[in-house]
Amino acid sequence: MALHSPDIASFSWKALTGYPARTILMLIAMAIGVGSVVILTALGEGARGYVTGEFASLGTNLVIVFPGRSETAGVNPGAMFGETPRDLTLDDAQALTRSTLVRRIAPLNVGSVTVSRGARSRDVVMLGSNHELLNIRHWEVAQGKFLPQADLDRAMPVTVLGSKIRDELFGAERALGEWVRIADRRFRVIGIMGSEGRSIGVDVEETIIIPVASAQQLLNTQSLFRILVEARSREAIKPVQDFVEATIQERHQGERDVTVVTQDAVLSTFDDILGALTLAVGGIAAISLAVAGILIMNVMLVAVSERTAEIGLLKAIGATPRQIIILILSEASLLSLLGAMLGLLLGQLGAWGIRLAFPILPAYAPLWVILLVLTVALATGILFSLLPARNASRLDAVLALSRR
Amino acid sequence: MRPGQWFQPVPGPLTMIELSHINRHFQVGDQLVKALDDVSLNIGAGEYVSIMGPSGSGKSTLLNLIGLLDRPTSGTYSLDGKDVTSLDDIEQARVRNQEIGFVFQMFHLVPRLTAAENVELPLVLAGVNPEERHERVAKSLEALGIADRSHHRPEQLSGGQRQRVAIARATITQAKVLLADEPTGNLDHKSGGDVIDILEALVDRGITMIMVTHDPEMGGRARRQLHMIDGRLARDHNANSHGPA
Repeated sequence: MALHSPDIASFSWKALTGYPARTILMLIAMAIGVGSVVILTALGEGARGYVTGEFASLGTNLVIVFPGRSETAGVNPGAMFGETPRDLTLDDAQALTRSTLVRRIAPLNVGSVTVSRGARSRDVVMLGSNHELLNIRHWEVAQGKFLPQADLDRAMPVTVLGSKIRDELFGAERALGEWVRIADRRFRVIGIMGSEGRSIGVDVEETIIIPVASAQQLLNTQSLFRILVEARSREAIKPVQDFVEATIQERHQGERDVTVVTQDAVLSTFDDILGALTLAVGGIAAISLAVAGILIMNVMLVAVSERTAEIGLLKAIGATPRQIIILILSEASLLSLLGAMLGLLLGQLGAWGIRLAFPILPAYAPLWVILLVLTVALATGILFSLLPARNASRLDAVLALSRR
Repeated sequence: MRPGQWFQPVPGPLTMIELSHINRHFQVGDQLVKALDDVSLNIGAGEYVSIMGPSGSGKSTLLNLIGLLDRPTSGTYSLDGKDVTSLDDIEQARVRNQEIGFVFQMFHLVPRLTAAENVELPLVLAGVNPEERHERVAKSLEALGIADRSHHRPEQLSGGQRQRVAIARATITQAKVLLADEPTGNLDHKSGGDVIDILEALVDRGITMIMVTHDPEMGGRARRQLHMIDGRLARDHNANSHGPA
């Protein structure tokens, strides 16, 4: 004797629709469990995607050099007093262009200055760099041109404005070719940055960019804040890092007084942290799935005791213990499956809501999470129904039928 | 001579049910309750038997035992020439499905299923394909005069109609034995009479029917009447002849 699968499905379906209140409560419990896993992992993934994106916008295959040594390995008298022993200079930056593995470099000075035009003025973040910065950072110029190609040590009175700065200083007037005053010097506006450029800590719209030599004059310093080095390929990152360390060491009388980090290392650290965070948050949400599973067990136990007479009858008309287990389990599976689907819908809706509310977060639940959560939902549903199903199959038909 | 022992079972050529020395004992606290006490009984194919007796006399236990819903503590039971006491759960379920039909006082219809779906259940469990099922169910409901009620749920049916659905379900697998436990107990006089007419028509067509009742009028309609007291067969009265049919 074998039940046909459509008959099992139809019997389970009628059992669920026959007790709507119970079924709806169960569906909600399961849906909340599944939905919260989907939403929270989507949120975690969104955060991860956001941070990864931010790092990617710093540039690709990037090696970043900054003065001072953050490691404590070896005795460095300068480091012990917490001072930077030697400046990172423009000549150091120039020296780094000598390797064929290096595609381009951009020295960087950062400072806060006042920029003004006539009566209007405001404090802004000023970047001093060269023409390569545009390519390294994957920025785009909205109007005019970026910094011209020139020797690093050549100061030029030209500037590229962020679009917000432009708006504040010029309003609706034409800005290209006009002069602005930065600190106590006059600079000609040669370009306007677009609005899409955004990376960690720097909002290009609210930044002005001038040649690095000019910036060093304004800030009255010889030292660079950073040197951004772009390797030719992903494989070249490590050799470039070694090359940079060796070159600077050689130029600094044998002292390794710079820190060289690769963007990959930073990125993968963040990636790991946020990946772990996603898992943790998803794991917490998974507890609600377990709760839903236990709820299913309770409800199925109640369902079995409520339907004692029915199960007794099924036995009387020739249902085997196995058939009764199959019927109960399929009812639970159907319940879990429907609940999981509902939860998935709920979760995707929630993730969509998050994306709507926070457009910068790419909050998508990964496919493997969706598959996993569906599997887990179904598995808990079935697992927690084994006990009620077994109880039902062992029911004494005589007692079940005589009771009422 | 103790009551119950002046009846000697004589196996007939067409014995449907053969019980020999059946005991069914329950332990209630420290007391042993003998629900059935050394019952031996032969029922021939096509017989119409009523079992009467006060409540607690073991008549329902006997019926459940014949229906394989209960197992005897000792003794053997042969159904249609086969020993069914030694069958396992799965084989017994198959026998209940194929050879035995139940009609209960409380009808025991599944409330969320329509009349037709209730009748169909034994065939579903037997794995009969849908086309054949629908055909057989339709014929059966037609024969019982409730074809127009086939898509009604039990709650939309009268008591008499419910019991007719239950009879259709009990006979849909062409059962050889029909077991009825107070089939008219929840019905008014008129519909109770209708139900008995239907059951007796089934007997006329060759089914073996055993009916438990406490109503002497109802029980008296059966050709063979068994009386039980304290788990024993107290009287075996055959209206037509002096011996088992």
